[in-house]
Amino acid sequence: MLTFNTLVGVCFLYVIMLFLVAFVADKRARRSKVRFLSSPMIYTLSLSVFCTAWTFYGAVGYAARSGLEFVTIYLGPTLVMIGWWWFLRKLVRVGRSQRVTSIADLVSSRYGKSNLLGVLVTLIAVIGTTPYIALQLQSVTLSFAVFARDRSAGWVIPDLEQTAIWVAGGLALFTILFGTRNLDVNERHHGVVTAIAVEAVVKLVALMAVGIFVVWGIGGGPQGISAAMEQAIQAAPEGAWSLQGGRWVGLTFLSAAAFLTLPRMFQVLVVENVDERQLATASWAFPLYLFLMSLFVIPIAVVGLAILPKGENPDLFVLTLPLYFEQDGLAMLAFLGGFSSATSMVIVASIALATMVSNHIIMPLWLSTRLGVDASEYRDARQILLSARRLSIVGILALGYFYYRISGGGAALAAIGLISFAGVAQVLPAMAGGLFWRGASRSGAVAGLITGFAIWAYTLFLPSFGEAGVISASVLADGPWGIAALRPQALFGVDGLDPVVHALFWSLILNCSVFVSVSLLSFPSPLERLQAAQFVNVLDQSGPARGRSFNAATSEDLLVMAQEIMGSDQAQAWFQAQAEQQGKQGYLPDTTPDFIGRLERELSGLVGTATAHAMIGQILGGTTVSVDDLLAVADETQQMLEQTSQLEAKQLELTTTARQLSEVNEKLTQLSIQKDAFLSQISHELRTPMTSIRAFSEILRDGGANDPEAAARHASIIHDESVRLTRLLDDLLDLSVLENGQVQLYPRREVMRDVLDRAIAATSSVIDQEKMHIHRNRSDEGGALYTDTDRLAQVFINLISNAAKYCDAKDKRLAIRVRQRGGRLQVDFVDNGSGVPLESQSMIFEKFSRLSDQAAAGGAGLGLAICREIMDKLDGSITYLPGQSGAAFRVTLPIGTQSPFGRRWPSDINHL
Amino acid sequence: MTRQVLVIEDEPNIAEAISFILSRDGWSVSTHASGTTAVQAVRDAKPDVLILDVMLPGKSGYDILQDLRSADDTRALPVLMLTARGQKTDRELAERLGVNRFMTKPFSNSEMLTNLRELVGG
Repeated sequence: MLTFNTLVGVCFLYVIMLFLVAFVADKRARRSKVRFLSSPMIYTLSLSVFCTAWTFYGAVGYAARSGLEFVTIYLGPTLVMIGWWWFLRKLVRVGRSQRVTSIADLVSSRYGKSNLLGVLVTLIAVIGTTPYIALQLQSVTLSFAVFARDRSAGWVIPDLEQTAIWVAGGLALFTILFGTRNLDVNERHHGVVTAIAVEAVVKLVALMAVGIFVVWGIGGGPQGISAAMEQAIQAAPEGAWSLQGGRWVGLTFLSAAAFLTLPRMFQVLVVENVDERQLATASWAFPLYLFLMSLFVIPIAVVGLAILPKGENPDLFVLTLPLYFEQDGLAMLAFLGGFSSATSMVIVASIALATMVSNHIIMPLWLSTRLGVDASEYRDARQILLSARRLSIVGILALGYFYYRISGGGAALAAIGLISFAGVAQVLPAMAGGLFWRGASRSGAVAGLITGFAIWAYTLFLPSFGEAGVISASVLADGPWGIAALRPQALFGVDGLDPVVHALFWSLILNCSVFVSVSLLSFPSPLERLQAAQFVNVLDQSGPARGRSFNAATSEDLLVMAQEIMGSDQAQAWFQAQAEQQGKQGYLPDTTPDFIGRLERELSGLVGTATAHAMIGQILGGTTVSVDDLLAVADETQQMLEQTSQLEAKQLELTTTARQLSEVNEKLTQLSIQKDAFLSQISHELRTPMTSIRAFSEILRDGGANDPEAAARHASIIHDESVRLTRLLDDLLDLSVLENGQVQLYPRREVMRDVLDRAIAATSSVIDQEKMHIHRNRSDEGGALYTDTDRLAQVFINLISNAAKYCDAKDKRLAIRVRQRGGRLQVDFVDNGSGVPLESQSMIFEKFSRLSDQAAAGGAGLGLAICREIMDKLDGSITYLPGQSGAAFRVTLPIGTQSPFGRRWPSDINHL
Repeated sequence: MTRQVLVIEDEPNIAEAISFILSRDGWSVSTHASGTTAVQAVRDAKPDVLILDVMLPGKSGYDILQDLRSADDTRALPVLMLTARGQKTDRELAERLGVNRFMTKPFSNSEMLTNLRELVGG
């Protein structure tokens, strides 16, 4: 026979046992490496805080009312664990790399460390979790009541509400002792996690034990159960057990979203995660756990419906069935299972909420009252923080209790759970968006959260207080001010939907739309962009983040890191020197602040100040990387990028220079080749007359011809060739001077006619010799010149003598025509020969491009090249005129009103 | 028996000097000034030895030498090459083409005579 005292006694013993487990686990975690805690099984079992009293008791009630639909609550998390494990991995990685302490911290951190978002998410979490805590209170209270009622002969609990207050108080004390026992405000609670894992086992064992008892003890095995099922389906009200697609999808999605956003789930999933690799095990082990938890739900429900008297609360079948058959031990176990479910949920949820409330609401308020206080009061802050946590825990449980009182404690467990789920699910868009979309902005997150939360409150939360509650029956039926479109449970005329699905649909749709559109319209701050990049790209940044507990910062760890950066030999030598300074042997000096400072400076030289600081901070564990550190890192990165781009610019410059150099080199090579060809040409041109001179002079020296006439001829050849040689040298010098631009010009005022007269006079001998006729129109030749007319005459002489020498007509004729064209004078020299062949016209102005082969012509092939240089210097030109009857050259030059140097001479003015 | 020598040279004064020197030494000398028709001139004249300039109008001395060396009737004809471009590469090219003697201008008259005598085996 169970007595109340036994029940309370067992509860006490159980709690003390849990406390011991937590204590031992904490101690082991502190003392040594946390290998035992990093077991993926502990992690997986701790995830079972998802299964609260709601699942323990409520699932059976749910099944008794709606058949298989309760499965959706397990389906969501299962899908997340199996199908969305990339999402979880990213979430865990971000949480660990950013040292996130709660879901509020995650959202706040992602959107530029926004405290407004932190407060907002905290409020949503508190309001969303309160019904849930009330639910746990209710279930524990109810379970006590079950025992009380059945023991009519023994003990009676006079007042359920009083029981509830005791339960709430007990849980608060329990949580404070567990969650804020130590002064170490590290957000991880190895002891609690271990205790939760133990409770998870108790839950599972209790439910399975009841299930096995029900199926094989009283239900008549699987056949009996299926018979009972058919009976239950027939007995159930029309449609209650049928599958409703909309609700299934909605509820599955809801439980999946809640799995990710419930504060307590975030606590165990992300914050308490010791090693990312635990996720891999959990991804199959946790769905297995959920499967086992749900295995006997239907059997217990149908057997309960069949056997227990009508009117029994199906939410308590797990307890009432064993009691009905007087299985006190089993009932006790079931009670402990339910108690475990409730306590684990309340403990973790209130720890998570207390962290959020104290970090995002109380601490900022406290800090704002103490602006200017120096950092030495850190110890004070820690004490304040712990007090804030404890106060928050009490406050949260008090809230839960009052909700329980206000809501009347009558609503079915499952319904309350779903309201909570829908509330916290409002954080999902901001969270998921923040992880995967860099464009998500703070304003968008705030707007989306407020929208979603408001709609949730209006359509689901407030109506849950019942018609006598916050929203009156008339508003529920007709909408506020009689506007039907605003009816809380049929928003915008969407009627006939299940209230939960309706609320979920509207709140999330509007939440997402507002979140996305405001994000698109707003512009994120630099810090937000930095955080966005760190969150979205977290998987690219580094390998999986291993254990975070570097509490015992060893110089060995620092040495390992220093070796990575400085190189093994150098790092070891440096560490050895430091150790020696401290009077120690070996490579590991004490991690004194002095040593840390020097190491940081040493590393700064290699990786930059901010990075070195951040890296050492990471290893020392105590300090998180501050925003300033991150910004400084970003700054350094920016500088490095700039340096890189400068380097790139320099490289481009070098490439250009190299190309220019190679072009110049090419040109030089070309010039060198030309020079060689030129020298070879000159050599040939010089050697040719010399050959004749030497040959004939040797003939004369060796006695010569007997014939004096022949001797005279030989002497005259020697003379001619000498003259030719001299002329060649003159030409070469002339050309060289002209080409180097060293030529001195002597401009003079003269009329074209006179220059031509002089040129013809100078060539009269060759003209006479060749019997060439020159045709001129002297009246056209009055153009005034102001130029170096001696040089101009030189050009004319060259052209005239060329015509005389090379014109191949029998009756040689040369026409010289002068014309004025647009401020320039044109002088054409056209003979009646066969002209220059087309293919040679382009090269006749090149050096040594003598067309004729007869050296008799006497030129060295430099004449036209010299002419071109001269005309260049005189600001004029000389070209070959194709298409004339014979060879035709055109010389153009400026009219004498202008100097060849672009200057007007003062004396000119009088003449104009 | 007078030896026949053909001089292919476009510079009239040089051709005249060579003619005078060789005639006085008892050679029978003919001259030709064009590169283009030089090979035909060789066939027509059938000289015992050939003096060949390099820089000729229409066709270079090297091309002429190549033609001569590839035809049966002129393959064995002794050739003395004269050039104003006395660089090493010119000499090498000439030797590769099968020249018998190579002289640069200006040349020594007696040396030329010596070379010619050696070429005809006298």
